[in-house]
Amino acid sequence: MPLLNVTDVTHSFGGLCALSGFNLSLNPSELVGIIGPNGAGKTTLFNLITGIYRPDKGSIAFGGSELTGRRPYKITSMGIARTFQNIRLFNELTVLDNIRIAHYTGSRYSPVEALLHAGRYRAEERRIIDRSLELLAFFEMDHLSVETAGNLSYGLQRRLEIVRALATKPQLLLLDEPAAGMNTKEIDRLMEFIRWIHSEFKLTILLIEHQMRLVMNICERLVVLDFGVTIAEGTPRQIQDNQQVLESYLGPKNLELGGGLQ
Amino acid sequence: MTYLLQQTLNALQLGSIYALIALGYTMVYGILRMINFAHGDFFMVGAFLCFVVVTFMQLPFAPALLVTIIGVSLLGVIVERIAYRPLRQAPRVSAIITALGVGIFLENFTLALSPYPKSIPPLIPAVNWTIGGVTLSSLQVIIVFLSIALMSALHFIVQHTRVGIAMRAISWDINLVPLMGVPVNRIVSITFALGSGLGGAAGMMYGMAYPVIDPYMGILVGWKAFISAVVGGIGNIRGAVLGGFILGAVEILVAAFLPSTYRDFVAFSLLLILLVFRPHGILGKPRSQKV
Amino acid sequence: MNGGRIGKIQASSKHIIMKRKIIMAGILAAGLLLSFAIPRFNLLDQYVQLVIMYIGINIILTLSLNLVNGYMGEFSLGHAGFMSTGAYVSSLLTVKVFSLGAGTLIFPLAVASGGIAAALLGLIVAIPSFRTRGDYLAIVTLAFNVIVKSVLENIDAVGGARGFLGMDKLTTLPWTFFWTAASIWLIRNLIYSNFGRGVLSIREDETAGELMGVNTQQVKVLVFVVSSFFAGVAGALLAHLIQYINPRSFDIIRSTEMLVMVYLGGIGSIAGSIIGAVTYTFLLELLRPLEIWRMVIMPLMLVLLMIFRPRGIMGLREFFWFVPVRDFMITKKFKGAKADAAAERD
Repeated sequence: MPLLNVTDVTHSFGGLCALSGFNLSLNPSELVGIIGPNGAGKTTLFNLITGIYRPDKGSIAFGGSELTGRRPYKITSMGIARTFQNIRLFNELTVLDNIRIAHYTGSRYSPVEALLHAGRYRAEERRIIDRSLELLAFFEMDHLSVETAGNLSYGLQRRLEIVRALATKPQLLLLDEPAAGMNTKEIDRLMEFIRWIHSEFKLTILLIEHQMRLVMNICERLVVLDFGVTIAEGTPRQIQDNQQVLESYLGPKNLELGGGLQ
Repeated sequence: MTYLLQQTLNALQLGSIYALIALGYTMVYGILRMINFAHGDFFMVGAFLCFVVVTFMQLPFAPALLVTIIGVSLLGVIVERIAYRPLRQAPRVSAIITALGVGIFLENFTLALSPYPKSIPPLIPAVNWTIGGVTLSSLQVIIVFLSIALMSALHFIVQHTRVGIAMRAISWDINLVPLMGVPVNRIVSITFALGSGLGGAAGMMYGMAYPVIDPYMGILVGWKAFISAVVGGIGNIRGAVLGGFILGAVEILVAAFLPSTYRDFVAFSLLLILLVFRPHGILGKPRSQKV
Repeated sequence: MNGGRIGKIQASSKHIIMKRKIIMAGILAAGLLLSFAIPRFNLLDQYVQLVIMYIGINIILTLSLNLVNGYMGEFSLGHAGFMSTGAYVSSLLTVKVFSLGAGTLIFPLAVASGGIAAALLGLIVAIPSFRTRGDYLAIVTLAFNVIVKSVLENIDAVGGARGFLGMDKLTTLPWTFFWTAASIWLIRNLIYSNFGRGVLSIREDETAGELMGVNTQQVKVLVFVVSSFFAGVAGALLAHLIQYINPRSFDIIRSTEMLVMVYLGGIGSIAGSIIGAVTYTFLLELLRPLEIWRMVIMPLMLVLLMIFRPRGIMGLREFFWFVPVRDFMITKKFKGAKADAAAERD
């Protein structure tokens, strides 16, 4: 049974159709990439899955239960986490607090226990701190625990955003252009990193990316979006050979820039 | 019927004053996304400035109006330059607090200079016309017509001049517009000048229509005008005018049927009810967030 | 008990934790003792005692508003409305319901009831106003403040516009100390919990917070209700201190005053709230000889503060005594000796 099932989803802004009749199905522990030119509707898809937008039409099911109409925090607690195209950390807070916030749904104590710092509060806080520090240590960031998130370097901010998403214990991770603003060397490292968390955390990953080298190398399957519709779908090799994709999206120029298509 | 007409007339008078002040709130909000909470006090300064020039310089109506408008415009420009501009990139809340601070300063500064309430001497001959039982005073006619004239002038400026185009452009995106060669600071100054000037004119008219002026008069009238702007859809010029007249009508209606102490209660409750159903006001459009 | 990373960190510095606890208990005991001793033996003159009680009440108010405006980054403009609710409800209880000299006994109950009444009203205000974003909370709370004032002016049973009197002077130095300390402790606890971090996430980036699993709607309503509760408590204390209340003493000017204290001391900081309340109350008394000109100087100072230090004196920083020991130890471990020095300096 597929983990995520997007069926016939349509969404428009005003008169502009961002996605129309879109279908996608993800099997557990797949690593799928979505590519397509700017404005093709990729980020809109993420916003629909995570509940920021509500589709005009269609259904999105996750592990058998319907997501449309649910609030974003609920969807997150069901096991979907994401990162953002332009990093959205809690900049004024410490690295540790960024991770602790992501434990919100997992913690079980009432506002009264919080006000009195009593009851389940102590044990729960202990557990949250421990798990946060462990997670940070796992990603070699624990020495930065009390650093302000906004002061981290760009690369570390990207990494922290992924760690924060993982802290919500997701089954499905949505990565929105994780390689944006990175150079070749950094992208190499990022590829290793994504592969590693994919196996280590037994995740299903859906990622949006413009960097052809990255998607071609790590994704098992690719979906090509243009003007809100899927124009092609298949393994990276199939996509490379797909004439329609080459013509309508990649174009000869992009092939050179992409660099990974020889 | 006569009674109704009479009340409509009163509502028009009150509504035009609210509308004039509401325009100042809405223009500044439209351009800078900032609630200029000192605006009600610009209105108060207008009333006092008029009092000063009329009492001490014996100016007649037209020059007094001109001096009041120019004086309050200048005040608006100066306040923006000194207090608001340094905060344009700061968190929005800082600007709001600063505006509140400027407001309290203006109130108490005026109070320090003028501890007792004042009254503006009659500036125009008081003539009453009675048409079919409805009494029409020269003051009412002047207030309503002058307000409409000022609002039309503003509408013209915003819709049909280069400055107006620049204003509307800034309200779309203040960060993008300077790249196209629009002098943002100058346009913001002009916006403040226009908005404050209208507020000053409203202050003068209020002072002429009502018996006393005092340094705190701008607070409640200011809030109410602000609410008019919100009701109409803040940031929307026609909305502000519409909101002003609606509020004027509501208040006169309440005063006609209930003890006057219920006026504020009804006005503000209506605002809350409206906001629940139309959070962006009557003519306002919701802004979608970007993720 | 001592398992896990944090357990190890805490175990390694047991003596520091112990020292902290002892000093904390010492400060509390000394404060309580002084609050009894000062009025008993007339150690300070009546006027100074009054100013100290004002400061206590203002600390509660500032903390209450700081929760919403500083920690959560929303903008409430009508907290005086909640204050008046607390003041009137508690006064009605002590004067009308328990008039037969039982006032002294039920005073804490009356104060708490004032707080609860304000909290209920807070709930009613919060639910519709947090459905929309942006400046609408400011508008709704502003309208709410005017409405409460207007309603009070129209209820003859509480004296209408003339005001309400007959309260005994039940607010004493020990009670002020108790409520102030309790407010600081409870609000501190809330901030350093899951809900508190949810509050911070709303200020930093509401959408990201929601997407990290924070039920932002629930958190906003919760915080607003807690905040209204404390504003109500402060109102109840004030009513039984000055023994006379009228609707005009809870108008928007009062709300503005609360804003001034929050932004003077520093947003998002308990220490800042205390500094803001103390400085403001103190300056107001100090400048009293200037008469009306003090109200000219105060707002000018606020404007200058906003321009040169828009986040107030403390500005998001916290005095280390208010940081729970667990968080403090983590900071200490990862910042090492550097944190020690910084904490001492702060």
